[in-house]
Amino acid sequence: MQVMTDVLVKRAKELLSSGEVARVFGWGHGEFGYDTTPALFEDEESLGGFVYDGFCGANISKYLIAESKKEGKTLAFLKPCDTYSFNQLVKDNRINKDNIYAVGIPCAGKVDIDKLKEQGVSGIISIEEGDKEITVKTVYGDKTFVKADVLLDKCYACKGKEHKAGDEFISPELSEDTTNGDKYELVTKLENMTPDERFAFWRSQLSKCIRCNACRNVCPACSCLKCIFDNDNSGIASKANADDFEENMFHIIRAFHVCGRCTDCGECSRVCPQHIPLHLLNRKFIKDMNELYGEYQAGEDDSSRPPLLTYTKTDAEPSIVHERGGDK
Amino acid sequence: MQRIGVFVCWCGSNIAATVDVKRVAEAVRSEQGVVFSTDYQYMCSEAGQSIIKNAIKEHSLTGIVVCSCSPRMHEATFRKTAAAAGLNPYMVEIANIREQCSWIHKDMLSGTAKAIILAKAAVAKVNLNAPLIAGESPVTKRALVIGGGIAGIQTALDIADAGYEVDIVEKSPTIGGKMAQLDKTFPTLDCAACILTPKMVEAAQNEKIKLFTYSEVEKVKGFVGNFDVTIRKKARSVNEDLCTGCGVCTEKCPSRKGKNEFNLGLNTRGAIYIPFAQAIPNVPVIDRTQCIKFKTGKCGLCQMNCAAKAIDFSQQDEFVERNYGAIVVATGFNPIKLDKFEEFGYSMYPDVITSLELERIMNAAGPTKGHFERPSDHTQPKKIVFVQCVGSRDTSGCGKEYCSKICCMYTAKHAMLLREKYPDTEVYVFYIDVRTPGKNFDEFYRRAVEQYGVHYIKGMVGKVTDDGKGQLVVQASDLIANEQLKIKADMVVLAAAIEPDPTARSLGTMLTASMDTNDFFTEAHPKLRPVESPTAGVFLSGVCQGPKDIPETVSQAGAAAAKVIGLLAKDKLTCNPCVANSDTLVCNGCRQCEKVCPYGAISYEDKEVLRGDIRNVAVVNPAVCQGCGACTVTCPSGAMDLKGFTSRQIMAEVDAICR
Repeated sequence: MQVMTDVLVKRAKELLSSGEVARVFGWGHGEFGYDTTPALFEDEESLGGFVYDGFCGANISKYLIAESKKEGKTLAFLKPCDTYSFNQLVKDNRINKDNIYAVGIPCAGKVDIDKLKEQGVSGIISIEEGDKEITVKTVYGDKTFVKADVLLDKCYACKGKEHKAGDEFISPELSEDTTNGDKYELVTKLENMTPDERFAFWRSQLSKCIRCNACRNVCPACSCLKCIFDNDNSGIASKANADDFEENMFHIIRAFHVCGRCTDCGECSRVCPQHIPLHLLNRKFIKDMNELYGEYQAGEDDSSRPPLLTYTKTDAEPSIVHERGGDK
Repeated sequence: MQRIGVFVCWCGSNIAATVDVKRVAEAVRSEQGVVFSTDYQYMCSEAGQSIIKNAIKEHSLTGIVVCSCSPRMHEATFRKTAAAAGLNPYMVEIANIREQCSWIHKDMLSGTAKAIILAKAAVAKVNLNAPLIAGESPVTKRALVIGGGIAGIQTALDIADAGYEVDIVEKSPTIGGKMAQLDKTFPTLDCAACILTPKMVEAAQNEKIKLFTYSEVEKVKGFVGNFDVTIRKKARSVNEDLCTGCGVCTEKCPSRKGKNEFNLGLNTRGAIYIPFAQAIPNVPVIDRTQCIKFKTGKCGLCQMNCAAKAIDFSQQDEFVERNYGAIVVATGFNPIKLDKFEEFGYSMYPDVITSLELERIMNAAGPTKGHFERPSDHTQPKKIVFVQCVGSRDTSGCGKEYCSKICCMYTAKHAMLLREKYPDTEVYVFYIDVRTPGKNFDEFYRRAVEQYGVHYIKGMVGKVTDDGKGQLVVQASDLIANEQLKIKADMVVLAAAIEPDPTARSLGTMLTASMDTNDFFTEAHPKLRPVESPTAGVFLSGVCQGPKDIPETVSQAGAAAAKVIGLLAKDKLTCNPCVANSDTLVCNGCRQCEKVCPYGAISYEDKEVLRGDIRNVAVVNPAVCQGCGACTVTCPSGAMDLKGFTSRQIMAEVDAICR
C-alpha cells in the first residue's frame, strides 16, 4: 500500500502547489502501525505523515463539515463507501460542496485490528494487501491471513466499488466489493425473536454502554450543531436516570434521529469501545423503510427527496404497516 | 409558579355516570400548582362559566384546566370564558374525560382512574403554558371557485350578488359542466339548457365575476384570507379578446376526426371547435392533437378565414397569479369507466350505452338532432332495457360501494320521456332498490310505473349478449317472480355510477383539504358544517363532496356562498398563535423542516445567531403556519418547537400519565 500512499501524496502535492486546494484531508500515522486516524495536512511538508493502507477504515466525511467552512478548497480522499456519507451531508446542507475537492480512491476492504489481535498479532509495523491475503509485518516477523477473515464488519456489507461523488478518481479499478453474506441476517434473526428475547438481547448489549459518545461523535448523520442530549431546553438532556434502561434509550432515540439519513456506514459499531452492535438498530430502520416506502439508499446522491420527507399517495398508513410486515 | 384551577364537568350524566367527578376534583388538588378545584353539572352553561370566571378572580388563577368534553366541542367556549375574566385564553387546557373516557368505559372505577390521569396530564401541561397573543391577518376580498358547472356557477353568482369579486376556473373550454349535457331535468322535466344557459350568461356578464375557462389551478400557496393561486391558462390558440364567435373557422376546418367530447364521442368535431352552441365564452379552441397545422405545419385554413385575426398558432400556456380570501371547490363528477363491467357488453355492442349518452341522443341539440335512434343502425329502438346500479352499491371491488343517488330518478325520467314521446316502445328497468326520497320524487317515479307503464323489475342483469342479428339479449333475474328472464332488446342503457372528477385528488393535495377513500372531499362536520372543508378557507359545493342531484347541488352552492360571504365580510382574521418557531441557536440549517411543511411557511435566511456567526437557519412565517407540527418532529436537533404544544409540555403530559 506504500505505492498507493505515494500516488495519493503526489497528487495532493500537485493540487496544493497549483493552488487548486488549500489543504488536504486524509489519514495520518498514529502512534502504532495500525492506528491510522483521519488527519488534516495543511502543507506539502506535512504530507510526510500521510498514509493510506488497509487500516484506513475510518470514514472522514464528517470532518469535511468543518473543513468546507474554511477559506479555499479542501482536498478530500474518499473511499467508495465514504462518498455516501459525503453526499448525505451535502444533502443536509452540512458540507458546502463547492469548497471540497473530492478525489475518489480505491478500496479493497479495510482490516479490523481487533480481529488481528484476536489472532494473537502484536507489534504491528505495517500491512501489505494481496488479492486474497494480507500480510502483517510485525516486530516478531510477518504473518499472513485470509483477507476475508479479518475485514471490518462494515466491509461485509460493502456498498460496492462505485464512488457516488468525486471530482476525480484514482485507480478505481483496484476497488473490490467485499460483500459477504446477507447484511440483514442479524436483523432478521432479531425480528424472529420473541419480544422478551429481543428485549433481553438489547438490554444485555445496551447496558454495556459507558456513554462515551464515540458513536454519536463519529456518526456522519449525527451532525447537529447542538445535540438534543446536550440541550437543557429539550427536556431530555441531563435528566436523572430513573434506571439504567433510560440511559440506554439514548441509542434508540439516536437511531430515530438518524433514520432516513443513516447510510449504514457502520462507524458507530466500529468505534464502540464496548463492542455494542449499534448498527443493527439503524439497519433495522433501513430494512423497514425499504419495505414500507420502497428501496432507498441514503447518500446515493446529494439531492433526491428521502422517503421520510416525502409524502406520496402510496405511503404506508398505520393500517397497512401491519400488512407489509412492518410491525416486527 | 402557576396558580391553577381545575373544573370538572358532569356533562349531566354523560360523564358523571361513569366518572366519579368529585373524586377527580379531589385527586388533582395535590398536583403541582393547583390551588382550586371543583365540579359542576354543566360547566359550559352560563352558571358553569360563572363559576370559572369567579374562581379566576377570587383565587387569582394564572391557568385553568377544564375536565369536560373534547376540545373540538368547547375549547373555544372556555377560552372565551377565561378571556372574559382577564386570563390569557391560551392558559386554558381541556382534559377530555368524555369522548376519550366516560363514553368508552363501562365501570366507574376504571373511568374515574383514567379521568384522574387525564386531568393530571392537563395540569402538568398548564404548569408550562405561557400566554400567547394571536396576531391578525388581512382578508383578500375575492373568492376563487374551482369548477364551472352548476355548482360553481351558482356559488359564484351568489358571492358576486353580495358584492364580492369571484373568479371561476374551469378546465374545459366552456362553463356549464354536466348539466349542459342533460336534456330534461327531474322532477319537473324542465329543459336543462333553458334553465342553465341564462345562469351561464349571467355569470359571464356579471362584472364581479371573472371567468378562466380552459384553465387549471396550478399551485396554491397561503392560507385562509390570503391564498396565492397560480392559474394555468391553457393555450386556446385563439385570442379571446379578438374573437367574435362567428364560428366560420369551425366550419372551414378540414379535420373532422376529433371525438366530440360534449357528445361523449357519439359524433366527431373539427380540430377547432366550440363545444356547443350556447358555450360561454363563445370562443373556439384548437385541439392541437387533431389540428393539421400543428401536426404537419400545413393548413391554416381557420386563420385565413378569420376576419377578426383571432387565430394564434403560437399561443403558449399563460400563468396568472391571483390572490383570494376563500376557495370553493366545485369540481363535480364523471360517470365511471365501464371496463370492469364487461358482462354488460358496453365496449362490444354500440347499442349498449350509458345514461349520459342517452341524454345526448335524446337532446335536440345532440348528435342525432334529437331523433331517438340506435347508434349501430340509426333505427328507432322499440324495446329498451335500463340497468340501474352499474357500479353503484357494489361491494365486489369493481365499482363503488356508495349509492350514486341520481340514477333512480334520471332513469325514471328517461323511461317516462321515452314512453311519452314514443308510446310504442317497451321499457324495462332492472333495479336493486328504487330510492326516491326528495320533494315530488316518489310521485315522479310512481308516475313512470303507474301512468306510463314502465316495467320495473327487481333484479340484476347478469349478462348482455347479442343474437347475431343485431338484437341484444339481456339475461336477468326477476327476484320477485323468482324466475330467470331473457329479453330481446334493441337498446340497453346503463346507469353508470358517478365518481369525483380525477382532478379532485391532486387539487385536494394542493389545498391540503382532506378527502375520503372515494376521493370525495370531506366536510368539517358531516352534519353541522357540511359545506366547509376542515382546511380553513376552503369550501365545498356540489358533487365533489358527495353524490347529489341538481336541486341539492344548487342549495349547497348557495350555502357555500353564504359561508364565503361570511368570511369575506371580515376585514381581519385572528391567526392561530399556536405556531412553530425555530431556535436559531440550535438550528442546523438542514432544511428538512422546509421539505415537510405542507403550507410553505418555512423559509431559510442567513442570520447572525451569535456575534459574527452567520448561519443559514429556518424562519417560520407565523401568518402562514397552521401549527400542524410536522416540522417539530422532523427537526433532528429539536430547534423547532410548537407554541402551546412545546416538546416540554408534551413530555410533561406523558410523564404525568406514566407517574
